Amino acid sequence: MDEIITFFYSFREPIFIMVLSIFLGIEVISNVPSVLHTPLMSGANAISGVIIIGGIILVGHTDISVISVKLVLGILAILLGTLNVVGGFAVTGRMLDMFKKKREKQPQN
Amino acid sequence: MDKILQTFNGFDFTVGSAILEFSYLLAAIFFVVGLKLLSHPETARRGNFWAAAGMMLAMITTLFLHQDGDGNRIGLMNVMVIVATIAFGGALGLVISKRIKMTAMPELVSFFNATGGAASALVGLLEFGNPKNESLLVTLLGLIIGSIAFSGSMIAYGKLSGKIGNLKAGFMKYVNILILAGLVVMTVYVLIQPFPHEYAILVYILFAAALAYGILFVMPIGGADMPVVISLLNSLTGIAAAMAGFIYHNLAMILGGIFVGAAGSILTLLMCKAMNRSLLSVVLGGFGGGSSGVVGEEGGVIKEITLSDASVLLAYSQKVVMVPGYGLAVAQAQHLTHEMEKVLEGKGVSVKYGIHPVAGRMPGHMNVLLAEADVPYEKLVEMDEINKEIGSTDVVIVIGANDVVNPAAHDTPGSPIYGMPIINAAQAKNVIVMKRGMGKGYAGIENPLFFKDNTRMLFGNAKETLQKLVGEINTL
Repeated sequence: MDEIITFFYSFREPIFIMVLSIFLGIEVISNVPSVLHTPLMSGANAISGVIIIGGIILVGHTDISVISVKLVLGILAILLGTLNVVGGFAVTGRMLDMFKKKREKQPQN
Repeated sequence: MDKILQTFNGFDFTVGSAILEFSYLLAAIFFVVGLKLLSHPETARRGNFWAAAGMMLAMITTLFLHQDGDGNRIGLMNVMVIVATIAFGGALGLVISKRIKMTAMPELVSFFNATGGAASALVGLLEFGNPKNESLLVTLLGLIIGSIAFSGSMIAYGKLSGKIGNLKAGFMKYVNILILAGLVVMTVYVLIQPFPHEYAILVYILFAAALAYGILFVMPIGGADMPVVISLLNSLTGIAAAMAGFIYHNLAMILGGIFVGAAGSILTLLMCKAMNRSLLSVVLGGFGGGSSGVVGEEGGVIKEITLSDASVLLAYSQKVVMVPGYGLAVAQAQHLTHEMEKVLEGKGVSVKYGIHPVAGRMPGHMNVLLAEADVPYEKLVEMDEINKEIGSTDVVIVIGANDVVNPAAHDTPGSPIYGMPIINAAQAKNVIVMKRGMGKGYAGIENPLFFKDNTRMLFGNAKETLQKLVGEINTL
């Protein structure tokens, strides 16, 4: 029990932030037209690659003069995180490009 | 940068750390603004740009300004290793995302989601072994959630690309609950130990069990539930990243992860609502095919239509509605669909598209495909709107869709899709169904629409059939 109370106390600020961001997240994306569901999911997916920051911190403070399990898996984490971030934003961009193409053509019709 | 502003708890707070925290605030603002802009058609592209900019900013400042618990900055050698890794991963990500075909988009999103989940799982696994890490609860949560998101997304990827079939068994529901309970018990057991770091073996078992759960959880889901699952897994990846953020007290990670978690959850719920399914029944698995369902008019008479009859019927109609489904995506027939629409309009026929929110394998899948073929936005009519017009429509052409026009959802209480809102194609004066064969839909159930009096079947690959149909209409 004490651990739980200590946990809530020591994490009180992040917990406040977390709870409020849940509301913000819900508020920000409600009323999305269904045409944007796929790009929005893809864009949100790219943002979830923010785990890469964790990978950078992890490898950043690892001794790289010796090859350790931590180093190898840490680098793998960065690699996978980058795939998520770069691939995610690139794919979202590609999906949205199709809307742009359509809008540019419309005035000519 | 290294000027010490304040020292608390033996930790030197420098100008660099202040800038780092401030950059995280900016990154979080970019994420929110990005998501907000992404939810409107006119601003979506800018939204994607801002979200990417936020990520870039957080990555760069972390690389150069982050300090560990002892106040050491990231070493120059490490920076080089990290930058090289990012450059390689980035190039790989760009190549994959540019080369992939538009129809494979849902798989790709699922795949990228898997990589994010795997990264979270790895960070959790490594941080558990770090004796200085005191946030073991969030570490384990990040590990478990990340692993589930990883293996689940890989299975979703495999299933969407047709590499993995469905596996359905009644007992799997109980196995899933058992594993889930086991995960909770083991996590609590590790955490209440006085020296939890010594229980590395248990954590590996936890890791393996979470991976197994992800696989078993997605495996039996075969029906129209797939979009819901991808959205749910996407939201899990966000939560896993946020948990890892707690380990480092890193606000960019916490905020970014939570936004995605919340956004993904809302999308998931929206989709569940569109299909009249509860999230719980999706999570417990086993939709489609498993229960045989009471089928209404099975064994009725199927009536085919010839190409020339179909072309005449279409060309002399006043109002035609096309209902696309996954078959359209598979056949890559979106351009031909647009061509047929133009040819028919040239003959004075009013043509619209009826878009079911979960047609295809992802929400908005049909919108993306048809947008690629330059179909004007205003021609894509959402389900509720098109249903109001169906009664006065001369011909509804169903192109590669099945479950989303299945009247069993309305009138067969035993059917697995009973209660799901559908496009009421059956109410039109005539229905033409383009299909490759008499196979069942993704949900694996019979479609009484095909046996109705006003329905005619046009068998064949959607692309070839449309091509011939356009040719026939042109000769009229």
